[in-house]
Amino acid sequence: MVSPLPELVIAEFHKKIKDAFEVFDHEANNTVDVREIGTIIRSLGCCPSEGELHDLIVEVEEEEPTGYIRFEKFLPVMTKVLLEKRYRPIPEDILLRAFEVLDPSKRGFLTKEELIKYMTEEGEPFSQEEMEEMLSAAIDPESNSIRYKDYIAMMVVDDG
Amino acid sequence: MGTLKAHRAVTSMEKSSSPSPFRDGNTEAQEGKIHERCPSPPPSPGGPSLLARISTHFTAFKAAALIQRWYRRYMARLETRRRCTWRIFQSIEYAGQQDQVKLHDFFSYLVDHFTPNSNHERDFLNCKFTTERFLQDSEMEKGSDYESIEVPDNYTGPRLSFPLLPDHATALVEAFRLKQQLHARYVLNLLHETRKHLVQLPNINRVSTCYSEEITVCGDLHGQLDDLIFIFHKNGLPSPERAYVFNGDFVDRGKESVEILMILFAFMLVYPKEFRLNRGNHEDHMVNLRYGLTKEVMHKYKTHGKKILKILQDVFCWLHLATLVDEKVLILHGGVSDMPDLELLAKLDRHKVLTTEVVVSTLGRKTRRQKGKQPAKEKAARVPAPELALRPGRLHLGSRGGTGPAAPPASPAAAARPGDPGLDGAGSRQAPQEPGGGEPPALHARSRLGSPEPLQPTQEAWKQVVDILWSDPMAQEGCKANTVRGGGCYFGPSVTEQLLQKYNLQFLIRSHERKPEGYEFCHRRKVLTIFSASNYYEVGSNRGAYVKLGPALTPYIVQYQANKETHRLTMRQRISRVEESALRSLWEKLFASSLDLLGEFKKHDADKTGLITLSAWAEAVESVLHLGLPWRMLKPQLVNSSTDNTLEYKSWLEDLAKEQLSRENIQSSLLETLYRNRPNLEAIFRITDSDHSGFISLDEFRQTWKLFSSHMNIDITDDCICDLARSIDLNRDGHIDINEFLEAFRIVEQSSTEGDTSDCPQATNTDNSGCSKPSKR
Repeated sequence: MVSPLPELVIAEFHKKIKDAFEVFDHEANNTVDVREIGTIIRSLGCCPSEGELHDLIVEVEEEEPTGYIRFEKFLPVMTKVLLEKRYRPIPEDILLRAFEVLDPSKRGFLTKEELIKYMTEEGEPFSQEEMEEMLSAAIDPESNSIRYKDYIAMMVVDDG
Repeated sequence: MGTLKAHRAVTSMEKSSSPSPFRDGNTEAQEGKIHERCPSPPPSPGGPSLLARISTHFTAFKAAALIQRWYRRYMARLETRRRCTWRIFQSIEYAGQQDQVKLHDFFSYLVDHFTPNSNHERDFLNCKFTTERFLQDSEMEKGSDYESIEVPDNYTGPRLSFPLLPDHATALVEAFRLKQQLHARYVLNLLHETRKHLVQLPNINRVSTCYSEEITVCGDLHGQLDDLIFIFHKNGLPSPERAYVFNGDFVDRGKESVEILMILFAFMLVYPKEFRLNRGNHEDHMVNLRYGLTKEVMHKYKTHGKKILKILQDVFCWLHLATLVDEKVLILHGGVSDMPDLELLAKLDRHKVLTTEVVVSTLGRKTRRQKGKQPAKEKAARVPAPELALRPGRLHLGSRGGTGPAAPPASPAAAARPGDPGLDGAGSRQAPQEPGGGEPPALHARSRLGSPEPLQPTQEAWKQVVDILWSDPMAQEGCKANTVRGGGCYFGPSVTEQLLQKYNLQFLIRSHERKPEGYEFCHRRKVLTIFSASNYYEVGSNRGAYVKLGPALTPYIVQYQANKETHRLTMRQRISRVEESALRSLWEKLFASSLDLLGEFKKHDADKTGLITLSAWAEAVESVLHLGLPWRMLKPQLVNSSTDNTLEYKSWLEDLAKEQLSRENIQSSLLETLYRNRPNLEAIFRITDSDHSGFISLDEFRQTWKLFSSHMNIDITDDCICDLARSIDLNRDGHIDINEFLEAFRIVEQSSTEGDTSDCPQATNTDNSGCSKPSKR
């Protein structure tokens, strides 16, 4: 198929963004709670870091932050993000290498304590809730460790 | 408000040029880039080991950041799926409610447009619509005849004796927990005692925290016994120190509505001061017809089911309309309108409000067709549908004579008393508050056979009750008609404020709407929605909650999910299960509209390539199903996406069909239509089966189907229907079991071995022998 015209691409992006926004627009008044913006952006295929997310929010917030983000402000910013293909998702093998960095002796797994330590002390640390949720799915209760290769394989399939 | 989850604020840093696995200089590295926020590396006097250690630290830092970033995205997608799933269920459910509206329309339409071709048909019609009333009169008298019901010796279920003791009620809970069933005799006995008790109680129940220190308020249970048992387990059984208020919608949808009612009524008799029940919109026999209680009762109690339903109908009308705690907290099922009138609510004869099923569109048409009897009522401005507040009951025959099935006399003894005083004692014919000055049309109905008029509450009183039971809060200001539900209104924050001020209240507790967390505050915490049926759509779909009030009246919420399994599942698994279930429902709906979808797709495919863009797909699907779903978000689950953004729609529809049907030759449009209208059909058949016998005669079936199809714009010949009926009546006794009929149209094979279906036109696919395809709507 011939590569579509830019206007069509943008129109399609607009519809996608609108759909995603609406899922979280509980009061059907074209606003969402600012705390959901991250979820919306990620659901559109982007994978920003918390820092990048913070910057984006600053762009779409009102001058006087109200706690709500309006669709009119969100749409152009998000369209640009999609057009520029920013915050691309992380390929599986890069992810695997990240785990391997944390497992220098190449055991093939991380202990629960190690995972907790890294996830809550390094990078952009997890909240307790995030940590618990990850542990519930990742940790093999018998060995009390995460076999990260299997874990990635499981999560990636699920992601659809 | 507005605070992000805390993340460590770190100073930004320029991209480091130190070697790392993430900067290979190829495209992968581009994608693996992360904006790093780390402190700059200090100068390293300590030699290579320190530098190496610092590099490792950075790398671990970056690795962790990468994993976290990926994980957060994963969770976000999961959360989105969860929301979408919720939306699917909600929109299908609302669509189901819209079906109910269509059903009303159907009957109304019939009544107005169907010209009986023969006396036979006319009689049939009238019979359907009047029989129930007369049946009720005589049945009511015989209803108290439970004493004659024998309880067999081998009955091992719970036994009740009156007056009821606390132990009995507790034993009942335990018995039901063990899946025992209460014998019909005790059910009827309990219901009669319940009615006797309720009759003495006022419309608005007043409770005080002086006597019982705490009051627990529970919301909708919808037949989910597990939740009730869980609440008693977690919060404690009712007692003089532990008061309970159950805020309506005890029944329908769930499978143990009867058991819930038994338990609730039993405790109410045992602790009359401390255990109260508010009426919900589902405590209504018309709603029960469609949403499950009627079915459940008939299935569990068979011959006695009829009696039980009759008295239940009455009991529901005697329930409290609202509860007031310490004169400060108002508890009612739905909500309020912008013209709340608690005085009127307290005074009106609640017993006369048999059903609150109101349908905006139906009534709209009705009033305009009253041959100019009265103009459409204009209520004070804000309600765009002035016909909202009309006569009780689903339908009536108006000028044709006869009275609607839902408008029988209010009490058994009143059956033959003409000229009974209405609400205000001066005859119910006037609706004095109505600016339009009109009267509810039903009051004009003259009974064809000369029997007395039904007794109606005034229009205003009626409307108050409808508003109480059906309204929902909204974020926007103002007050507008609740078109989704078909009755009541959407009320904004200032309406709440107005109400609280007018009656000097602190806040409002209501139910009626399911919430993912089991509860939700709105209107600046002045309105609390409490919903107690956990896992309402599917295991893992939502929590239930109840709220406790002490003397300080500070709400204390307790949440739960009454299913041990869910706790062990991860969020991912919970969501997958719920999602599967939602998707299944969605698949069904899509399948049922295959023909319409094909038509829409073709419109987007002018060049007849057989392909459409995914964008066009989304538009087409929405225009057919009208579910208001974010189709683009759902696309991955519904469409095996092709790489170049197009879809071969015909094969997609075929795949849909394959998913739904086990045998490919069951693909008639008739079947599809029936399948699509399955919920409506069921309700229609239940109404047709007016003696609740569970059987309808072939003739009744034919008549009903004919009426139904003429409304739904389906062109079906008589022969076709006859064949259909005959093929379903497998044992050839001239009767169709409703359940079996519906089963026949689920996703099961037509038994071609029986031989009769081969004669039946619908067994063949598209060659229209005798049946024409349903016309597109």
